[in-house]
Amino acid sequence: MVEKKTNRVILGIIGFLAGLTFLAPFYLVVINSFKTQKGFLIDVMGLPGKYFTLNNYVDAFKKLDFMRAATNSLLITVITVVLLIFLTSMAAWMLVRTKTKTSTFIFLMFSASMLIPFQAVMLPLINIMGKLHMLNPVGLVITYIGFGTAMSVVMYHGFIKSVPVEIEEAATIDGCSKFGVFWKIVFPLLKPITVTIAVLNAMWIWNDFLLPQLVINKPAWQTIPLKMFYFFGQFAKRWDLALAGLIIAMIPIVVFYLAMQKHIIKGVMQGAIK
Amino acid sequence: MNKGSKKWFWIFTGPVLATFTLVVLIPIIMGIGYSFTSWNGISSQIDFVGLDNYKAVFKDKDFFNSFLFTAKFAIVSVISINLVGFLLALLVTSGLKGSHFLRGIFFIPNLIGGLILGFVWQFIFTKGFDAIGAALGIEWLRGWLSTETTGFWGLIILMTWQMAGYMMIIYVAGLQNIPDSVLEAAAIDGASKWDILRRITLPLVAPSFTVGLFLTLANSFKLYDQNLSLTGGGPGNSTQMVAMNIYKTAFTSSKFGLAQSKAVIFLVVLGIVAITQMYLSKKREVEM
Repeated sequence: MVEKKTNRVILGIIGFLAGLTFLAPFYLVVINSFKTQKGFLIDVMGLPGKYFTLNNYVDAFKKLDFMRAATNSLLITVITVVLLIFLTSMAAWMLVRTKTKTSTFIFLMFSASMLIPFQAVMLPLINIMGKLHMLNPVGLVITYIGFGTAMSVVMYHGFIKSVPVEIEEAATIDGCSKFGVFWKIVFPLLKPITVTIAVLNAMWIWNDFLLPQLVINKPAWQTIPLKMFYFFGQFAKRWDLALAGLIIAMIPIVVFYLAMQKHIIKGVMQGAIK
Repeated sequence: MNKGSKKWFWIFTGPVLATFTLVVLIPIIMGIGYSFTSWNGISSQIDFVGLDNYKAVFKDKDFFNSFLFTAKFAIVSVISINLVGFLLALLVTSGLKGSHFLRGIFFIPNLIGGLILGFVWQFIFTKGFDAIGAALGIEWLRGWLSTETTGFWGLIILMTWQMAGYMMIIYVAGLQNIPDSVLEAAAIDGASKWDILRRITLPLVAPSFTVGLFLTLANSFKLYDQNLSLTGGGPGNSTQMVAMNIYKTAFTSSKFGLAQSKAVIFLVVLGIVAITQMYLSKKREVEM
């Protein structure tokens, strides 16, 4: 009994220290983002104290043109995720329910394409998008759908295989069209995997940097990671300002996480098992 | 398949097939074609040069170094990410008070984009480490990211911190699948904690290891954002990874054809690594 109790205490201490280690970088960034430039130069480790200021946040918020960047990020993420869910669930259902060579081939092609690194397609892709006058947010959404298709289809495919086909057959006999069968009967059954796919795609698109950098060529269209990159380049010697900018850029996703933690963790877990 | 269902097949799969063709299929075929040309990205004059680009890649010392650096990084980071992730999973499933809260904390770094995290750690290494080193008189904490070695370990620390929480979730899922009765039976039979971990827990979570290794290995090889924001490939090109080398060959040196042939080699190597690793892990799962 005594041994068990000491084990508990030791475990508790390890857990506490591990938690602190994971949070320490955030702590250092936060305390320094509230210091004046002078305060930062004098002491990095201490609390702001008499060098406390909010000006870094005001400045960084303006220079990042944050509201616009956040709106861009939000619109691109939400529109892409909705379209991806809509299109890939339909396609995956058809691929599972159609047993032909074409259907199998298409599925294998999607699975194999997941190994392709972005660098192998980026140069021709930008060339094509340029010729189609698609180096803009619309083109960005289309490219995200193209890159997101494989994983989403494969995940839906795995899930739909376990959905019994009998209900669909009954509905077809009752005169339901294919669209009717899918949207009224099948899609509601897919909800758990839909949440997973939405979470994984949203996290990827929200944080993605290289693709928007190549596809978007107007400052007004820039997303948060892009703005952050140029902002950081411009103020590389001004850590006080840069740190406040980093915190601002992290706030939306952390708030989203705190609100949706259960769904996100469950989504990742499901995604890993599949 | 009758005519009616054929029509519906293409209506349902057509949209994703069209975008996939435009965004992945055509570019990959064109990309392989471009790797045999002198394409520079701007001029419309594109000459066929045969295997010249591939010959040039094998003489490109920078590319070779970046490949070596990437391979070293991939091996070390895969081990450290999965090891820390697994230990965290054991910790949060040990019935510890507040383990739900801890799980939430370990996962946070994973949510934030690699670019932003790279900047955060650039600050921690160059300013935070430096301040601690100066205050406590620890010399090796100073001047981080200014040498290849500290750049390498900087990347490892950053990626472990970012990805361990994600792997933890995967291993937690695996650990929860082990029936309690099996563990209890082993304990009653007098097996020590270490024996249970080695002979029961580890073999039973082997499928999770397959997933974890696959995800981290592919990720480590393709790393770009964190490489760009943490070290920028410096000092010199000493911490430049393959993805960045390809990017710079194209956009800094305007050698699109050469960059494309590097990308094709990269694709082939990644494919071989991923398939071998999948094969080995699957085989191991069955044997155990």
